[in-house]
Amino acid sequence: MNRIVEKEMLNKNVVKLVIEAPRIASKRMAGHFVIIKIDEKGERIPLTIADADPETGTITLIIQRVGVTSHKLSLMEAGDMLEDVVGPLGHATEVEKLGTVLCAGGGVGIAPLLPIARSFKEAGNRVITVLAARNRELLILEEEIRACSDEVIIMTDDGSYGRQGLVTHGMEEILEREKVHLAVAIGPAIMMKFAALTTAKYNVKTIASLNTIMVDGTGMCGACRVSVGGKTKFVCVDGPEFDAHLVDYDEMIMRLGGYDKQEREAYDRYVAAGNGA
Amino acid sequence: MAEQVQEYLKVERQQPWREELRKAMKAKERTDITRVKMPEEDPHFRATNSNEVNLGLTKEMALQEARRCLDCANPTCITGCPVNINIPKFIKRIEQGDFLDAARVLKDTNTLPAVCGRVCPQEVQCEVNCFYVQKLGKEAVAIGHLERFAADYERDSGNISVPEVAEKNGAKVAVIGSGPSGLAVAGDLIKWGYDVTVFEALHEIGGVLKYGIPEFRLPNVIVDVEIDNLRRMGVKFETNFIVGKTAGIEELKSEGFEAFFIGSGAGLPNFMNIPGENYTGIFSSNEYLTRVNLMNASNDEYDTPVYSGNHVAVIGGGNTAMDSVRTAKRLGAEKAMIIYRRSLEEMPARVEEVKHAMEEGVEFLNLNNPLEYYADERGQVNRMKVQKMELGEPDSSGRRRPVPLEGSEYFIDVDTVIVAIGVSPNPIIPSSMPELEMSDWGTIKVNKETMESSVPGVFAGGDIVRGGATVILAMGDGRKAARGIDEYVKARKKK
Ligand SMILES: Cc1cc2nc3c(=O)[nH]c(=O)nc-3n(C[C@H](O)[C@H](O)[C@H](O)COP(=O)(O)OP(=O)(O)OC[C@H]3O[C@@H](n4cnc5c(N)ncnc54)[C@H](O)[C@@H]3O)c2cc1C
Ligand SMILES: Cc1cc2nc3c(=O)[nH]c(=O)nc-3n(C[C@H](O)[C@H](O)[C@H](O)COP(=O)(O)OP(=O)(O)OC[C@H]3O[C@@H](n4cnc5c(N)ncnc54)[C@H](O)[C@@H]3O)c2cc1C
Ligand code: SF4
Ligand code: SF4
Ligand code: FES
Repeated sequence: MNRIVEKEMLNKNVVKLVIEAPRIASKRMAGHFVIIKIDEKGERIPLTIADADPETGTITLIIQRVGVTSHKLSLMEAGDMLEDVVGPLGHATEVEKLGTVLCAGGGVGIAPLLPIARSFKEAGNRVITVLAARNRELLILEEEIRACSDEVIIMTDDGSYGRQGLVTHGMEEILEREKVHLAVAIGPAIMMKFAALTTAKYNVKTIASLNTIMVDGTGMCGACRVSVGGKTKFVCVDGPEFDAHLVDYDEMIMRLGGYDKQEREAYDRYVAAGNGA
Repeated sequence: MAEQVQEYLKVERQQPWREELRKAMKAKERTDITRVKMPEEDPHFRATNSNEVNLGLTKEMALQEARRCLDCANPTCITGCPVNINIPKFIKRIEQGDFLDAARVLKDTNTLPAVCGRVCPQEVQCEVNCFYVQKLGKEAVAIGHLERFAADYERDSGNISVPEVAEKNGAKVAVIGSGPSGLAVAGDLIKWGYDVTVFEALHEIGGVLKYGIPEFRLPNVIVDVEIDNLRRMGVKFETNFIVGKTAGIEELKSEGFEAFFIGSGAGLPNFMNIPGENYTGIFSSNEYLTRVNLMNASNDEYDTPVYSGNHVAVIGGGNTAMDSVRTAKRLGAEKAMIIYRRSLEEMPARVEEVKHAMEEGVEFLNLNNPLEYYADERGQVNRMKVQKMELGEPDSSGRRRPVPLEGSEYFIDVDTVIVAIGVSPNPIIPSSMPELEMSDWGTIKVNKETMESSVPGVFAGGDIVRGGATVILAMGDGRKAARGIDEYVKARKKK
């Protein structure tokens, strides 16, 4: 059992939860994630550890509402308990001093990006971050990202904030302008796909953090599998970060839709039972 | 068997009550009795629910079956049991009507008799070595059914004997993984006065017994009773704790753990790496069974989804394949097929499981091998290409090698495919402990006598050492490791 000690809605669809998990807080590094289960009947879902405080023994999760479980999480309050939290899972990001690191985050992908950007900054890199969101209201963690970036470019689909355009436009601008030693792209699969195509043109090594469907998170089930460089990899134990130029995004997008029908039905049942979206 | 064991068995056999029972009935009368038939749920009915298929023997059936056992002077059955249960002794206790004591005899060597009585492949272990099979050419004494009977009787009687626990000796031992090997280690060490904590990666205790083997073969309550027993004896369980991630062995050492047992199993599913295998609707058996057994996905009240396919193909011929295909049937599959590249004879699954699957209407496409999968525009699998095989010369394992028949390829319509072609050892612990000596197959190397690994104080057993075996072999390893750990800790204390 893990207690929620703090809750904040970052916008109407994104919630931040601070959760007691002392062991995980003291072990976790940038790139790690946890698997949580709300209650006895809940499903296990993976969430990146956006931040952690070993002193208070807490971890921070930032969750976007997409289906039943994320919706339930957004309705929980400080003081409530999560039945299961396990981690830290996955390989930590390999952080070293490289020079200039270009970080690109889309939507809720900004949450997993934050600890990575922070680590690269702490390792002495020049960090340039491009954040993208559909509109101003949906942009999260701007302040935190600014605090660990030398430069921030913000792109919105509708131009309601920053510049109008896609994440790749912002990335291209930097890549044209200066030498980038490493790029990190995290967001929806489709965004990572185009971010990778963009950096490939400039021959810049790029890592992507993949958010496939998972069950156990320990390499036991293979639900999270994805093709990387023509080989099947398990995201939970081999990743979640991979060479962004080798990932088969189309396959990943297809697999993410694997339970669409069941999940939509579950969500409809959930709403029908009186839980509004 | 060791000489002392032989000697011990002889002395036991000479006990007056055993002699009396032997004389109570002529051998001929005993051997004339036909083997008991396990009462089973009706195949049509059971294929629609997850109730246990085998219903268990009645008292009368058990008494009758127990009479068949000849209480042999040389009980060869025991040599076939990996933990050397004193089989004639427990069976004779049943014949006497002392079912509770029969259960006690079982528990002397087997921590989980209610589990083993249900899932042991008896036909290749104890029963194949029974005098009836070896010398009389008749059906073996139903050792497994009787074992289950005694264990169930004890549980239902509410008189479960909680073994006595020695005074605490102050030594802390960490058991990693809560499968049968881990539970066996914990059971022994707690009895001997150790302070035992079991660390489990998942949110449930039991390993494959919980996430793999389905309810219709091994109800969870059976496993839970045994776990509760261990709890009552003082074993501590920490779920959601992945050793090597949440904390490493070094950290646990600094928290006072003196010795370790790794029973982390062979959890990594193998795929065939053929084209199209990553389409949606294609799962590993681990994923499929975990969703249904651990996450309760077939119950709408639970949030985890699962596919209830209509045309389901299961690839493989082991227990895992049978469990998957029978589960698919229960989730409503109109067509549930086994696709296996050898013939029925080579099938590694338990005979009983194959029989039950056939009764439930599972189709067996033996001597067939998948080549490729195809999908609709959404990436959902809808067809597979298979090739027919024939059996050639025996390979190194002695089984006849399947050889593809050129030009025999054909297509099958499927909407769900479950790949059950085996598992590999879970790499999380080995990769967190580079000093651990491993085999080329990714299993942990151990000293066969003590089960100690190349790292002093770190022991291992079960599937992580054997690469995929049976519940009883895992438990046998656990018991051996418990002795190894006991010796190790005592030797350390002397220093
Ligand atoms: C390593 C890792 C880290 C992650 N970190 C975060 C995080 O920090 N914050 C966050 O909000 N989410 C994160 N995710 C995604 C998160 O796990 C899913 O959004 C969540 O499982 C959805 O559950 P649900 O029941 O709410 O929705 P569901 O009902 O399961 O799904 C609703 C819709 O979302 C889609 N979907 C399902 N699973 C995923 C997925 N894994 N990624 C994207 N879309 C999905 C489905 O196709 C469906 O259309 C991460 C995933 C991984 C693998
Ligand atoms: C579907 C299926 C059906 C089977 N049917 C039969 C049968 O009928 N009869 C039979 O005898 N055998 C059967 N088997 C085989 C049998 O279940 C296994 O041989 C046996 O369970 C192995 O036991 P184990 O102790 O090695 O560990 P497992 O049962 O594999 O359990 C290992 C446990 O360790 C945990 N773990 C792994 N890594 C870590 C870590 N780093 N930290 C903490 N915990 C960790 C895992 O989560 C798991 O719970 C079957 C197997 C399967 C999959
Ligand atoms: S534990 Fe298994 S092998 Fe041993 S006697 Fe019981 S059923 Fe037979
Ligand atoms: S070999 Fe068969 S008949 Fe003889 S003691 Fe064992 S179970 Fe009984
Ligand atoms: S989530 Fe099960 S193997 Fe990755």
